[in-house]
Amino acid sequence: MDAIILQILNGLDKGSAYALIALGLTLIFGTLGVVNFAHGALFMIGAFCAVTLSRLLSLSHKVEVPGAVDFLGNPQMRDVPYIYDIFGESLGAGIIDWAVPLSILFAIPVMILIGVIMERGLIKHFYKRPHADQILVTFGLAIVLQEIIKYYYGANPIPTPAPSAFVGSFDFGALVGFEPGTIIYPYWRLVYFAFAAVIIGAVFAFLQFTTFGMVVRAGMADRETVGLLGINIDKRFTIMFGLAAAVAGLAGVMYTPINSPNYHMGMDFLVLSFVVVVVGGMGSLPGAVLAGFLLGILESFASMREVIAIIPGINQVIIYLVAIIILLTRPRGLMGRKGVMED
Amino acid sequence: MFGLDKKDASLLLIVAVLVAFAPFFLNPFPEGSAMAQFNAGYPDLMQRFVIFGIFAIGFNILFGLTGYLSFGHAAFLGVGSYAAVWMFKLLSMNVVPAIVLAVITAGVFALIIGYVSLRRSGIYFSILTLAFAQMSFALAYSVLTPITGGETGLQLALDDPRIFGAATTAEGNIPVPGFFGLEMRDSTELVFGNWVFTFNVGYYFAAIIMLISFYLSIRIFRSPFGMMLRAIKSNQQRLNYTGLNPRPYTLAAFVISGMYAGLAGGLMASMDPLAGAERMFWTASGEVVLMTILGGVGTLIGPVLGAGLIKYMENIISKINSDILHSWFAFLPDGLEDVVVTLIYPFIGKGWHLTLGIVFMLVVIFLPGGLVQGGQKIAALFGRKKAKEPKNATTEPAE
Repeated sequence: MDAIILQILNGLDKGSAYALIALGLTLIFGTLGVVNFAHGALFMIGAFCAVTLSRLLSLSHKVEVPGAVDFLGNPQMRDVPYIYDIFGESLGAGIIDWAVPLSILFAIPVMILIGVIMERGLIKHFYKRPHADQILVTFGLAIVLQEIIKYYYGANPIPTPAPSAFVGSFDFGALVGFEPGTIIYPYWRLVYFAFAAVIIGAVFAFLQFTTFGMVVRAGMADRETVGLLGINIDKRFTIMFGLAAAVAGLAGVMYTPINSPNYHMGMDFLVLSFVVVVVGGMGSLPGAVLAGFLLGILESFASMREVIAIIPGINQVIIYLVAIIILLTRPRGLMGRKGVMED
Repeated sequence: MFGLDKKDASLLLIVAVLVAFAPFFLNPFPEGSAMAQFNAGYPDLMQRFVIFGIFAIGFNILFGLTGYLSFGHAAFLGVGSYAAVWMFKLLSMNVVPAIVLAVITAGVFALIIGYVSLRRSGIYFSILTLAFAQMSFALAYSVLTPITGGETGLQLALDDPRIFGAATTAEGNIPVPGFFGLEMRDSTELVFGNWVFTFNVGYYFAAIIMLISFYLSIRIFRSPFGMMLRAIKSNQQRLNYTGLNPRPYTLAAFVISGMYAGLAGGLMASMDPLAGAERMFWTASGEVVLMTILGGVGTLIGPVLGAGLIKYMENIISKINSDILHSWFAFLPDGLEDVVVTLIYPFIGKGWHLTLGIVFMLVVIFLPGGLVQGGQKIAALFGRKKAKEPKNATTEPAE
């Protein structure tokens, strides 16, 4: 029992990332009808927003250490981040420590801006082109974005730690009444899951309970009619694209402590996220979220030692295997709508 | 000639001449001159030109004719490589059985994957092929290590059986792949003043196979079968209504293009007898998509051009560094020189992927017919002939 709970927990953080990326992909697909292969790159750019902010915050200048000299007799120098000068030492250190969560505030405008520029500048011209062309141009864009990041940040992963309050693990088992020490779970992964849940909830609430969301949903169902009613649906869809980019970016920001960002992390996630979207059902938002968590958890179950002993290598292929089975038996995916991207 | 009409025959002839004299064309600059780094006439790169040409020709038979965009074609290339290396290990170092087995294995593999994947079309087909290829990659990397060599890749060893050939050479080394006594890595050099031209056995062997594959692809394009595939691309539903089942045709196209990929994989292993799982990774599949699109989807010569261009860029642009740039722009005033070099620097050397991505995007946006369409447009601009729309590039793919 405790092993099962542990695996479910382990699957949650990866599942959250899949769910967030797949949610954004589905938003774009559902509103604009575009298959966005550059979505993984947006996830990666989000992660690098966190890297950028933490670097900006730790920009420092040199200050003499009073009374201390090095072996040549010169005064010793010490790096002091500028932020210490502004906020004082203790608050400044706290801000640097919390760089990753603070990056959320930084990433949202950046990602929305990137998303809107992408949609207005490039994707807009591809609505009428076949899906293959959309895949190809966004694939090209993904390569370009990836290479730009590589040029400025290098090819190596950049460790970006979580705030020290969330470093380490806690005994989840003891909380829910198991033997202490059976279910140990890192804090940050729980934070990530909670964060993903909040974002997913916010997106759904936004679509469900605001007038804007209502119009967008109407546009997803029948774009032409909404346009005929005198509503500028294109503008709203552009904003939705920005929103989807922001969701992917935030998923990336919060993922940095779990996995040090490098320039190709987006591509690694993208392939899996597409599988998630297809399993969930093209164009279905709840389907994307459900499939994201489901596949994340399935993946972690498949990496249990007992399972690998029975079917070797299953942990590597489980997601693809599930995708193949679902696609062949339920062509619309788990929760796909009728008439959306069916052959 | 060879059952081709005049236009196709002359195209084949031009390609044949280009391929035969490639060692000259690709080495236009004398050795030691400043431009020598643009020379592409060394065996390794020339082999890659023709091998990836074969790969792209095969991919084009599927994507160009039927419009099914496979994102997992590298799996067949990888399988072909593994099969060929196993032949080198078990039978002999002759490349013929290796290549034959590579093609057959890839064909069988493509039959299985295609049978399942072709039940869906459009983006679902792309995802299914991608899923299969990633699965093959993951399995080759982990569980199948006894067959594939895992992370280190499959290599030849001294204690391999090689029942029809010598296990070791007289000097006690691992023998090299050859074609009835002609070793693939043998080269003759022709020195002509400052120019050095290298003629490599492996290159010419691969080039002859490439010409045969190219000929076959022309025949497929012009055959009733090819027409049927194009009908699938332009309107599959109408084909259904006329009472034809398109699936056997698409499956045949898929298997043929898988066999082309296997052939390319087998040749790759023949030139350099090792195979690794990274050849099956999805970026490798993406690369062949790039080649085909860049050259011109659905055109005969496009994929070969695209493959050549990408491999040339990969090898030549990536070698340029900032010192070379500085020497090129040395004629500019110092400040301006630095500015120009800084502007160009991100696009060369390690950044060649950036150039590739930008070029690719520009092609998809402005030239959906690829370089071939670009060439036709330029030809039309000079107005010698009335501009003809590319016959194949304008049909919409099946969705």
